[in-house]
Amino acid sequence: MLTKEKPAPASPEKAKTISGAEAVILALLEENVETVFGYPGGAIMPVYDALYDYTDKLRHVLVRHEQGGIHAGQGYARASGKVGVVFATSGPGATNLVTGLADAQIDSTPLVCITGQVFAHLLGTDAFQETDILNITTPVTKWNYQVTDASEIPEVLAKAFYIAKSGRPGPVLIDITKNAQLQPFEFTGYKPCKHIRSYRPKPHVRQEYIAQAAELINQAKKPFILWGQGVMLGSAEKDFRAFVEKSGIPAAWTIMGAGALPTDHPQNVGMLGMHGNYGPNVLTNECDVLIAIGMRFDDRVTGRLDKYARQAKIIHLDIDPTEIGKNVPVTVPVWGDCKETLPLLTELVEAQEHREWLQQFRTYNNKEIEVVIQDELFPTTEEMTMGEVMQQLNELTSGDAIVVTDVGQHQMVACRYAKLNHTRSNITSGGLGTMGFALPAAIGAKFGAPGRTVVAVIGDGGFQMNLQELGTIMQSGVEVKMLILNNRFLGMVRQWQELFHERRYSFVDITSPDFVKVASGYGISGRSVSQRDELSSALREMLSHKGSYLLEVMVTKENNVFPMVPQGCSVSEIRLK
Amino acid sequence: MNSETHTEKQEFNITVYTENHIGLLNRVAIIFSRRKINVESLNSSPSEIEGIHRFNIVINETAEVVRKIAGQLEKQVEVLKVYFNTNHDVIWQEMALYKVPTDVIAERAIVERLLRENGARAVVIRKDYTVFETTGQREETDNLVRVLQPYGLIEFVRSARIAIIKASDGFHRKLQEFEQSEPGDEVVENAYLNSREKVFTM
Ligand SMILES: Cc1ncc(C[n+]2csc(CCOP(=O)(O)OP(=O)(O)O)c2C)c(N)n1
Repeated sequence: MLTKEKPAPASPEKAKTISGAEAVILALLEENVETVFGYPGGAIMPVYDALYDYTDKLRHVLVRHEQGGIHAGQGYARASGKVGVVFATSGPGATNLVTGLADAQIDSTPLVCITGQVFAHLLGTDAFQETDILNITTPVTKWNYQVTDASEIPEVLAKAFYIAKSGRPGPVLIDITKNAQLQPFEFTGYKPCKHIRSYRPKPHVRQEYIAQAAELINQAKKPFILWGQGVMLGSAEKDFRAFVEKSGIPAAWTIMGAGALPTDHPQNVGMLGMHGNYGPNVLTNECDVLIAIGMRFDDRVTGRLDKYARQAKIIHLDIDPTEIGKNVPVTVPVWGDCKETLPLLTELVEAQEHREWLQQFRTYNNKEIEVVIQDELFPTTEEMTMGEVMQQLNELTSGDAIVVTDVGQHQMVACRYAKLNHTRSNITSGGLGTMGFALPAAIGAKFGAPGRTVVAVIGDGGFQMNLQELGTIMQSGVEVKMLILNNRFLGMVRQWQELFHERRYSFVDITSPDFVKVASGYGISGRSVSQRDELSSALREMLSHKGSYLLEVMVTKENNVFPMVPQGCSVSEIRLK
Repeated sequence: MNSETHTEKQEFNITVYTENHIGLLNRVAIIFSRRKINVESLNSSPSEIEGIHRFNIVINETAEVVRKIAGQLEKQVEVLKVYFNTNHDVIWQEMALYKVPTDVIAERAIVERLLRENGARAVVIRKDYTVFETTGQREETDNLVRVLQPYGLIEFVRSARIAIIKASDGFHRKLQEFEQSEPGDEVVENAYLNSREKVFTM
């Protein structure tokens, strides 16, 4: 078990000589880091050597690939709301982080990644395992920095944590040359960073805009709320719910925002975007005031931009000013932290009900149930659907589990149908769509939220992209429920080939190993089911099993995810079949 | 700005005040290259404040694109502040150097006169070549290239553009605001409010 006690911060009088590597570990402890995901190697060996003396205070999870490490860090951060920390060595260790950095950057996930680097005097000489990781990662980090002198370490790491978690969060990479890790220096204590003069993470909220927004909302006949992950990043779930309930406005979510308001809240009208719900997509083009909160109008959400909500006045609440007006022209910009702006707005909006308007969403929903949802969740076909697996999972977890998804059809189905009672319960690679994300992210999520059940819903393709992380599960003993929805295809690509490429199934037919046997090789229990009458008991077994469990469900090969807004079409051109 | 100039491409002078950090040039440059925007000119120099760096960047784009680029630049952790201005709103200069064979100048009085007319100044005079310098705007420095071409111009080089913003009071006061850790009323400005329009429209 980890001890909660921290070493007392050294006071200036008690300055002591320590190595740069030890300063790294002390900084992590000062930042209340409990878990690090990492993989050692030559250039980061001094840090690992220092870690050896602190294993009672800092848990290190040995992953099987640095990409697994960083996705685990992301899962940890998304489940816990804390900063994910990752160690990797120079060269290949560092380059293996790039996909995860890009993923964390686009999905605003706070990470501090620490990479080893060759000795400073070797920089630029093509030394063994030298790569220019600063320049490689510049476009995919919120901030990065190379340390070549040990004395910089405390201050640089303090900055790293501050930058990663403040404002719009994001990944930070600190590259530390080996000489700096080895170098002894006078450590005079650790001061957390609270201010950087060139960095202003959030603005002072201007009441003028709150007032204008409230005025628009109060006059609106058909207002509509769209929310994204920003609500969770700002820890503003309660404030958001208060705003929704007082204003009486129907609210729909992007997949990054799922769970910030419970699935069965009467004003939660469903998912936006390409595979979102029928009503929210169609009615985007009928509302009169659109209130976007902590979301960024991604093209998967908006469809064709020049036909997106042209009739509506748009209010955009966001902490990142470059998102306001980036894709969609905005009538009232509410720049600020939604934790501050939402209560101000709630105060000024009138309590309303918007019953008829909500009814319109229900009417569309009934149509969607009739044409799509009924057959997906309660199929009468012989083969199983992904939707019915999610439906049964919901019943067994009652909506209390964290659902981590990979990328593809199963992701869309899981996000559409998962019942989520709690915030930080939907962990998915939204902006980057990184296959191979789910298994390591689920491992990280379980470390970040040890008291919760974590179910990773993964396709047969995606599971094979980071399945080496089964080794991490085996060694760490972390409890992850793996639910593979096997359609024997790279399903989402196949769906597009069917719909838009005349069924020319070019390289989407994918074979898989016996997943249960693979799991068993790692000492993980598992089962594969292909008959409906086994499904419920298999899911029960997975959930009640002590320890990790892999359940493979054989589902229909050629099912399509609907509704769908085809690429290049307007949201109101959404197809039900 | 009226809506016409909003959608028309023209030269913009982007002034970026930054910390003086290694790697920042790359962070700045990729903001343009990622969007396939050609940087016409880029100058990096000290500013009116010790330790603070100033980039002058020229691009040919619409006001709308420039506004978004400026936001992306300002979002970088080590960027303090970004301003963008049309040529009309700045005083700008570029410097050029011309290397010409000395004997040509000595033999032909007309070359001497042309140089004088174009405001050129000799920087180095050697037996074999002479280097002239002019400072001015693009047409002026370009014009002298054309003039000297027939007389055996050996080398020509022009510097990046530097620009002073007519309406700026310098960066001192802003920096003082940024030094404060607590965002007070004025410390963290709100670009939208500064636009003074009742409702923000694009
Ligand atoms: C790393 C990566 N490579 C390729 C893709 C493109 N891609 C998106 S979905 C998909 C198919 C996924 O297949 P599978 O994991 O079996 O899930 P399914 O769609 O069948 O549910 C592919 C190849 C991607 N998103 N990520």
